[in-house]
Amino acid sequence: MKNEMFIRFSSLSQNEAFARVAVASFVSQLDPTMDELTEIKTVVSEAVTNSIIHGYQNEPDHYISISCSIMDDTIELTVEDQGIGIQDIELAREPLYTSKPELERSGMGFTIIENFMDSVDVQSTLGEGTTVHMMKQLTKTKTVSK
Amino acid sequence: MALSAVFDVKEDVLIVRLAGELDHHEAEKLKVVWQNKMYQNPIKHVILNLEAITFMDSSGIGVILGRYKDVLQLGGKMIVCSVSPSIKRLFEMSGLFKIVHLEKNEAFALSTLGVAS
Repeated sequence: MKNEMFIRFSSLSQNEAFARVAVASFVSQLDPTMDELTEIKTVVSEAVTNSIIHGYQNEPDHYISISCSIMDDTIELTVEDQGIGIQDIELAREPLYTSKPELERSGMGFTIIENFMDSVDVQSTLGEGTTVHMMKQLTKTKTVSK
Repeated sequence: MALSAVFDVKEDVLIVRLAGELDHHEAEKLKVVWQNKMYQNPIKHVILNLEAITFMDSSGIGVILGRYKDVLQLGGKMIVCSVSPSIKRLFEMSGLFKIVHLEKNEAFALSTLGVAS
């Protein structure tokens, strides 16, 4: 059975913790391993931080939405903003690339997302916003019946 | 859970002990206090103890890289210790261990820098 959730919150950095805990709490129904849960939390944190810093350029009066669905052992996660968009998605996804070096960004956000998820799709339109759609299949080894 | 940072100076080493969650929200605040501690004390090296960190993302890597550059300016070294397996993975992914030394714990880190713990 498919189970879905949707949250929408202000583009404030204090909501980064809220977002990752909310998603982690929802996917906990699938009984993920501690490593998998850490990976999901990290990915949510990266995507939401990108929306806040880059999409909305740290302006607090916007919204970020996250939808998450779980079915069998698969997690689908979408993080969406209506920010400025990404000019060059290929470049943005490159390890160590950052458009804001002055903010001490490591440039590792997308690389971490790609490493922790099975698939990552980024759709972006300048002036309209960015949608990051991700999927992850949890390991089934722990649920093997005796 | 928020981040807490405790600073300690031993000879020319600044020890930074972090606890809690290090994300973008916390990293920006940490940067300011950490930089102040580096310039208020006559130190050369930094030991970063991550034993009590429960969550970290790429913003944490950003603030560590930033302070690594400050340490270079002082002619010193940065040593990271007590790193959990998940944080170790992040560091490996971003190549941080190529520039920052890793030690098992604070005592080893101090002895590497020639300071008696």
